[in-house]
Amino acid sequence: MSAYKIIDHEYDVVVLGAGGSGLRAAVGLSEAGLKTACVSKVFPTRSHTSAAQGGISAALGNMGEDDWRWHMYDTVKGADWLGDQDSIEYLCKEAPAAVLELEKYGVPFSRTEEGKIYQRPFGGMTKNYGNETVQRTCAAADRTGHAILHTLYGQALKHNTEFFIEYFALDLIMKDGACKGIIAWNLNDGTIHRFKSHTTIIATGGYGKVYYSATSAHTCTGDGNAMALRAGLPLQDMEFVQFHPTGIYGHGTLISEGVRGEGGYLVNSKGERFMERYAPKAKDLASRDVVSRSIAVEINEGRGIGKEQDHVHLHIDHLDPKVIDERLPGISEASKLFANVDVTKEPIPVVPTVHYNMGGIPTNYKAEVLTVNGSEKTVPGLMAIGEAACVSVHGANRLGSNSLIDLVVFGRAAAKRAAELVKPGMKHDEIDKNETDRCLDRFDKLRNSEGSNPTSELRLSMQKTMQSKCAVFRSEKTLKEGVNEIRKPYDGMDSLSVKDKSLIFNTDLVETLEFDNLIRQAITTMDSAYHRKESRGAHAREDFPKRDDENYMQHTLSWCNGSKTKINYRPVHRSTLTNDVQYFPPQERVY
Amino acid sequence: MVQFNLPANSKVKKGQYYKDKTGSKNIRKVNVYRWDPSKNENPRLDTYEVDMDNCSSKVLDILNKIKNEIDPSVAYRRSCAHGVCGSCAMNMNGKNGLACTKAHSELDGDIDIYPLPHLKVLKDLIGDLSTLYKQYESVEPWLKTSKINAKENIQSKDDRAKLDGFYECIMCACCSTSCPSYWWNGEKYLGPAVLLQAYRWIIDSRDEDRKERLKKVADELKLYRCHTILNCTNACPKGLNPAKAIAEIKKMLATA
Repeated sequence: MSAYKIIDHEYDVVVLGAGGSGLRAAVGLSEAGLKTACVSKVFPTRSHTSAAQGGISAALGNMGEDDWRWHMYDTVKGADWLGDQDSIEYLCKEAPAAVLELEKYGVPFSRTEEGKIYQRPFGGMTKNYGNETVQRTCAAADRTGHAILHTLYGQALKHNTEFFIEYFALDLIMKDGACKGIIAWNLNDGTIHRFKSHTTIIATGGYGKVYYSATSAHTCTGDGNAMALRAGLPLQDMEFVQFHPTGIYGHGTLISEGVRGEGGYLVNSKGERFMERYAPKAKDLASRDVVSRSIAVEINEGRGIGKEQDHVHLHIDHLDPKVIDERLPGISEASKLFANVDVTKEPIPVVPTVHYNMGGIPTNYKAEVLTVNGSEKTVPGLMAIGEAACVSVHGANRLGSNSLIDLVVFGRAAAKRAAELVKPGMKHDEIDKNETDRCLDRFDKLRNSEGSNPTSELRLSMQKTMQSKCAVFRSEKTLKEGVNEIRKPYDGMDSLSVKDKSLIFNTDLVETLEFDNLIRQAITTMDSAYHRKESRGAHAREDFPKRDDENYMQHTLSWCNGSKTKINYRPVHRSTLTNDVQYFPPQERVY
Repeated sequence: MVQFNLPANSKVKKGQYYKDKTGSKNIRKVNVYRWDPSKNENPRLDTYEVDMDNCSSKVLDILNKIKNEIDPSVAYRRSCAHGVCGSCAMNMNGKNGLACTKAHSELDGDIDIYPLPHLKVLKDLIGDLSTLYKQYESVEPWLKTSKINAKENIQSKDDRAKLDGFYECIMCACCSTSCPSYWWNGEKYLGPAVLLQAYRWIIDSRDEDRKERLKKVADELKLYRCHTILNCTNACPKGLNPAKAIAEIKKMLATA
């Protein structure tokens, strides 16, 4: 593929993605004196971290007693015991320092009467190992992600991180099982760039766009996950897709769990506060998988609202308008814009909507990527953080406000680990020409597609299949159909049509590359779901309604080559990191 | 003679006309600015007939429909689709806004979609914002404090409330690209978006660099090219008031 002019770069570390985790890593790396490139397909503040609303969890204890061990217990339980407890210990123990650091960076957190960081109740967050609600979620009104993202970008500027903005990453460069950098396409001028690096940190976020209705941005296409698959690496726990209980009906816009944290509640068509039946103690603040399933049951049993009886109502009209104005202003705005609802007077129509991927690139708590070859081993030169990674701290179901803390804790951990492994100015290996050719062959083939299937049609077919066959409730029948159907859009790429052949901001080609990334993740998600014959967290099988700890205290690993997958498992870590806390053995999960 | 017309190669020509193929009775004509840097051609205005019976409520839904169903080559930025990422800022029927929050029912007649005014166009609706981003860097958007304590900085509720209306800025550039002063002196005048960001740090009670920050923007070109035209406040899709931020900076300098 000599037709493309290639521009070479050498960096100690390359961070791929400029959301919360990528920026936090970049800041740490620059501080450590490593020559760092941060490559992103969008300008950093456009990243999807900006859409996080409710807050970031940390046992600061600003609003009543709290303990990171309680936070850990809640996270383990929320994860339905699929999380690795060494990683969860690390997350919860490091969380308070990570939030205080953000405050010092300048995040405009809301404040308590004493001027400390304001914390609100959130789903699944409790006191004293599940006993009563705790206020642990640190908030900047209902724009916490926006506030954190913009602040982190400022910090990265302060530390002179080098950004490569609107560069679309194509593939990892691998050599003898180690990662040596990435290849990216500069959308601004159409050139191809090869970044050599000693460590590459994938921080590309989730892949919500495999579904038709998701709170995810258009850009949430899991590009890094797909790059890992193409490099012959597995993805982990892909069947665990979180449906947020409250996406705006018909549009999918997120309505923060913070709304229920501040006192909002759900009702069905009979006006019942139905969560009292499903979660007598936590009610509307049960964990997200529980609330989403409860809504789905209400709708399936005919108690949904509306002409089609296909959604429920979320009320905050009983709250003091001043509280709404101070703590939930973004929600008022979104409800007005996308549901034409005045939240001080009317309920918001909501429905469970795809929101978060617990699965991703398997890593240890130091953010090093894992693969399995008999037993666990790390992939030299490769790390993953944020939603792209599966550490696994969220296991089978993530608690609300645990994602933002995941970003900064593991973004920081990755920078620390990279600084141990890489010394400034180390010499780079030669890169095999075949690696570059393999990557650009794929790029060129997609670019010159002259078939009859537009990318948008294949994408729609994939999204509809995922939406109908791999939803809140799953069964052998739906998943088996799904396993077959999801391969049709993949096969459709044999006759793909890409109309725009140019190289500068060719968004037709960008969307095609994104689809090529998405479809591989859709396939691994469907196949992983098919093979897990139990119900755990967000993976609810009608035909296997119980959790099966005997057979499935295991992470699913899925490799994908073309449309063929290979499924394997690795055991969940059943020990903590230190003796500061005891391992929490599996229990029945009730809220 | 001073040339008052656009140079010949900048004149927007009539482009292609895409007739409706769905047989819909509810059609709207949508004119979209097109320019491809790889072709040596003038910009053009393509017209699409869009079936509004099967189109969601926002202008971005129209663009997505065009891209998905009629013409995949149309280039525009878009991401979050609910007004928080600031990607899809553009000019719709003569007014800047976010395509994802602008309801097409609020636009009369045929819909005209152009890139944000007065930016160098990279392709179709995608403008070059690199100057604005550099200007943003120049206000040093990070907290400056010498305090090294284990706990958080204490900030009263009232002091925190001073940031409301300013920290929410999503840097979509709708305000700056609607400002005639910024059009004229965009290289030197910081413009409303960046001055609002500057003000956000100036008034943060935790920041110890207020005086220096004020001194840095107190410049005939950087700040005082604001002539209180108020297009910025009128354009902001988040309901913020950049003009007020600029006025407050001027006031602080006048009374310092």
